[in-house]
Amino acid sequence: MIEVKDISKSFENTKVLNEVNVLFEKGKTNLIIGQSGSGKTVLLKSIVGLHQVDKGQIIFDNIVFNELNFKDKKEMRKQIGMLFQGGALFDSSSVEENVRYPLDMFTNLSLSDKQDRVNECLKRVNLINANKFYPAEISGGMQKRVAIARAIALNPKYLFCDEPNSGLDPQTAILIDNLIKEITEEYNMTTIVNTHDMNSVMEIGDKVVFIYKGEKWWEGTKEGIFDTENNELNNFIFASTLSRKIKDLKKGG
Amino acid sequence: MSLFYHIGKYFLLLNRVFSIPEKHNVYYKETLKEIQKQGINSMGIVAIISVFMGAVITIQTAYNTENPLLPTYLIGLGARDAILLEFSSTIVALILAGKIGSNIASEIGTMRVTEQIDALEIMGVNSASYLILPKVVGSVIFAPFLTLLSMIVGISGGWVAGTAAGVVTTENYIYGIQYAFNPYYITYSLIKITVFVFLITTISSYHGYNTSGGSLEVGKASTKAVVHSSIFILLFNLILTQLLLS
Repeated sequence: MIEVKDISKSFENTKVLNEVNVLFEKGKTNLIIGQSGSGKTVLLKSIVGLHQVDKGQIIFDNIVFNELNFKDKKEMRKQIGMLFQGGALFDSSSVEENVRYPLDMFTNLSLSDKQDRVNECLKRVNLINANKFYPAEISGGMQKRVAIARAIALNPKYLFCDEPNSGLDPQTAILIDNLIKEITEEYNMTTIVNTHDMNSVMEIGDKVVFIYKGEKWWEGTKEGIFDTENNELNNFIFASTLSRKIKDLKKGG
Repeated sequence: MSLFYHIGKYFLLLNRVFSIPEKHNVYYKETLKEIQKQGINSMGIVAIISVFMGAVITIQTAYNTENPLLPTYLIGLGARDAILLEFSSTIVALILAGKIGSNIASEIGTMRVTEQIDALEIMGVNSASYLILPKVVGSVIFAPFLTLLSMIVGISGGWVAGTAAGVVTTENYIYGIQYAFNPYYITYSLIKITVFVFLITTISSYHGYNTSGGSLEVGKASTKAVVHSSIFILLFNLILTQLLLS
């Protein structure tokens, strides 16, 4: 469970987050949605500690993460896995070296044990026989799967995904979404996904938080989105003709 | 003020770089890779530049000492001292600033803009130390060998060019390079290249590590790395010469 309490963040004179309060639940896929520039990436990066918040607390299972000292924060980070928008795989390392990297850095496992774990993670994300390829030699969807495999290599308690579907075709996007959801349930992790893909909301959004102009505007379930009277959320979610038709159909019957 | 801001930030980065490595064996492997990448892969360019540098110095010395009162072995002596004192350290360092400086800045800068450095930080890795320390150590370890290579190749190039042009005989050239030889010149040169390579790797890493934006900024960081490294090489050349030779 991750609790965000009253966090605010400014860059120079621009306030990006304004007293945001959210509770992200364990074993669920928690989605942060919002328009570009709404502050959702800053929120995600603040939660993982890539940005220092100006005020407020970020609590990981009763531990106030943003108030930990450097050493404890570093220890805590070993329980965190993150999937970046572009994958952020190490270009000069092969697929298996990328997945093995956290094991090399933070475990004393033997080489064969590490290799077993690498193969297990790659198998879990349905990547077989890709061990020796380099990131530039595989597709965007495969890169995302390698990044997920790397993120789960150390059995993290928390998984963060920053726009995992960006640049992917709809079919691959759904595969990645489902993979994130399955892994969340399997490892009983607290997962936070930052997205503006409405398919993701409908596919995997156990809990949805809508950020608007740096503030939490709405939170609820994916089913609740159809019933909300929140204008900003409606304008964001039902911006396309297709989504409006779906909403009308839902209401109609 | 901007200069002091960057100097302060540079030293803060160095403080992170020279912290205790998380996993010694991982750092050791990375250092070996950097020796290969930054050092061994620079041998070719250093050798090519040194051979031509030695040749030109020898011929220029010969034309500037065309006087029946001056013995021709002075050509070898002049070429030797120029190569040992200045060219094999300072000129090689300026070449390395272009080659490894731009390489380091663009590599680390690309890792920054593609969030690879963020990925390391999220895992709990000291990204500054992991990325920069092996480059600094690897380059500093191998740089003296590049300078020694440059000295040997440069002096040999001078001999080939001098004898081929008919401005000096082999006997006179060899006598000249042995005449009044001061071994401290080699020590002086090796100290200089060690300091220069430290400056190149850390300044270039600083620019790469603090890149923000996209590919355009990576290019700018790479250019700044080469320019600033070159300026600091020349500045420290003056300081070290005053300290070590006066």
